[in-house]
Amino acid sequence: MTGDRSQSGGAPPPDVLVQADRLRFAYGRREALSDVTLAVGRGEMLAIAGPNGSGKSTLLGLLSGVRRPAAGAVRLAGRDLAAYGRREVARLVAVVPQETAVAFPYTVAEIVLMGRAPHLRGLGLEGARDLAVAERAMARTGVLAFADRLLAELSGGERQRVIVARALAQEPTLLLLDEPTTFLDLRHAMEILELIAGLNEREGLTVVAVLHDLTIAASYFRRVAFLRAGCLVAEGPPQSVITEATVRAVFDAEVRVATDSDGVLTVRPLRRERR
Amino acid sequence: MAVAHLTPLTPLTRGRLVRVNGALLAVLVVTLVAAAALGPVRIDWRRALDFRAQVNPDAVILLRARIPRILLAAIVGGALATAGAALQALLRNPLADPHLLGVSGGAALAGVCALVFKPAVLGQTVVVPAAAFAGALASTWVVFRLARIGGRLDSYTLLLIGVIYNAFAAGLLMFINTVVDLYQAQGVLFWLMGSLANRDYRVVGALGLYTLAGLGALLLRARDLDCLSLGDDRAAELGVQVERTRLLIFVATSLLVGAVVSVSGMIGFVGLVVPHLVRLAVGADHRLLLPAAYLAGAIFLVWADTLARTVLGATEIPVGVVTALCGAPFFAYLLRRERWKTAA
Repeated sequence: MTGDRSQSGGAPPPDVLVQADRLRFAYGRREALSDVTLAVGRGEMLAIAGPNGSGKSTLLGLLSGVRRPAAGAVRLAGRDLAAYGRREVARLVAVVPQETAVAFPYTVAEIVLMGRAPHLRGLGLEGARDLAVAERAMARTGVLAFADRLLAELSGGERQRVIVARALAQEPTLLLLDEPTTFLDLRHAMEILELIAGLNEREGLTVVAVLHDLTIAASYFRRVAFLRAGCLVAEGPPQSVITEATVRAVFDAEVRVATDSDGVLTVRPLRRERR
Repeated sequence: MAVAHLTPLTPLTRGRLVRVNGALLAVLVVTLVAAAALGPVRIDWRRALDFRAQVNPDAVILLRARIPRILLAAIVGGALATAGAALQALLRNPLADPHLLGVSGGAALAGVCALVFKPAVLGQTVVVPAAAFAGALASTWVVFRLARIGGRLDSYTLLLIGVIYNAFAAGLLMFINTVVDLYQAQGVLFWLMGSLANRDYRVVGALGLYTLAGLGALLLRARDLDCLSLGDDRAAELGVQVERTRLLIFVATSLLVGAVVSVSGMIGFVGLVVPHLVRLAVGADHRLLLPAAYLAGAIFLVWADTLARTVLGATEIPVGVVTALCGAPFFAYLLRRERWKTAA
């Protein structure tokens, strides 16, 4: 298989921000991850792909410290994640989930300001700096115009941008995204990914995203990791790991992978009767 | 920083906290005075406050009957509304209410059990409230555990489990009712209907202390409640220690509900109606919602009790009947609206 896990398609990342070491995790008796080792360098942009139930979201949960590994460890900035306090982690790592449901009438501004929660003390109200950070996050995601609207009133794409703004308001070093574009149409999906790629390029934000669409992964990410049945099976730059053979091995799916004129991969399904 | 006044964000400021709560406090004071003046017997205020008189029926009515009762109504209403608001956030369900979830029923059951054994010392101020607190805490835990299936908490499963738990607790109460003597049976009935009558200042004072402790604990966790209302994992990602915080909120709401039920019996729907209306008026930020719900709950229950003791002249309606008659239709309306939202 292309892209051996110990060699991430060339030089190892110079400055490791997150190091996952032989991670194992199980839901009850069902093993979700077995022996996953993965390093993410500072300023990297990594996509994680794989079939449903292959452990992608679980891996993200372990990287954000929301779940504790059954064995192995995650090191964040050189220190075991288990040694961090919850708030301390939340000041370094932010998560954008697939979808956020709100049960109460929160405004967009209120939701984004919740990103400042790990930076507040005790009964604290937000200070001038908290407001400035939240406002900048909203300006960058283009949601400042709906600051006073209720989150529940927005469209899926707008709502997801608000959630990205909340994540940015945490001032994270590492941004984790769990299929952030699943419920979005193509244009809104592209907007979100452009935004994230821009933050990565301009501000060096480290990004790890679980994605389903391999063409999108190849267009926006410089490195892709494939999970299958809880194991890391391939990892490296899109050109070397997104191949017809890998996709067959990982997804049991027949695809045609083509490289277009500007060097970006496209993955298209191969229809049964035309094989 | 110059950005501060240019920002288009309207965050929660100290000024807004003071303005909203100050306004509610003023309404509460007016409510307390008005409620003291209203009643089946007209009180001559000048005579009532004349402390030189030897025999003074006006003073007795005002100071021994009305004022403790009105203070009690305020404390009970505030505590129930705050507990409702906190449970709603924790369970992510605007339909949660200590009464509907069976927390009050469990508290009443434990309280009645304690009462049946006739505690000699500090019964009304310590033993019964402590038993009711334990009953409330155990009920909260049982209902939560039963409703959480595979780590997921479904709103409607939660409400159904609450209803079932309530029926079970009521059944046990009825059972106790049939085996105790007639005098005690009267007391059990009172718990089931909810009443604020005939309590002295010691009981009111003890209740005030318990509920202040519960309210204080919740206020310290107000920001965590905002994060928890987005989901357990979302809250953890925002730095909340979910398990520990949930336990603390269960304990604080049980303290509020247990203390209240031990004194006033089961008064339903205050914890449902009041937080909902306050949220519509001031928003969902719990740093403002919790204190505002406390004050609004106090105002609501003082008026409900004033209605209960005046509307039929000398015949008094249990205040729990008044809140149920207002609250149940409101609940039906909310439930249908929530269902429409999910259907849409």
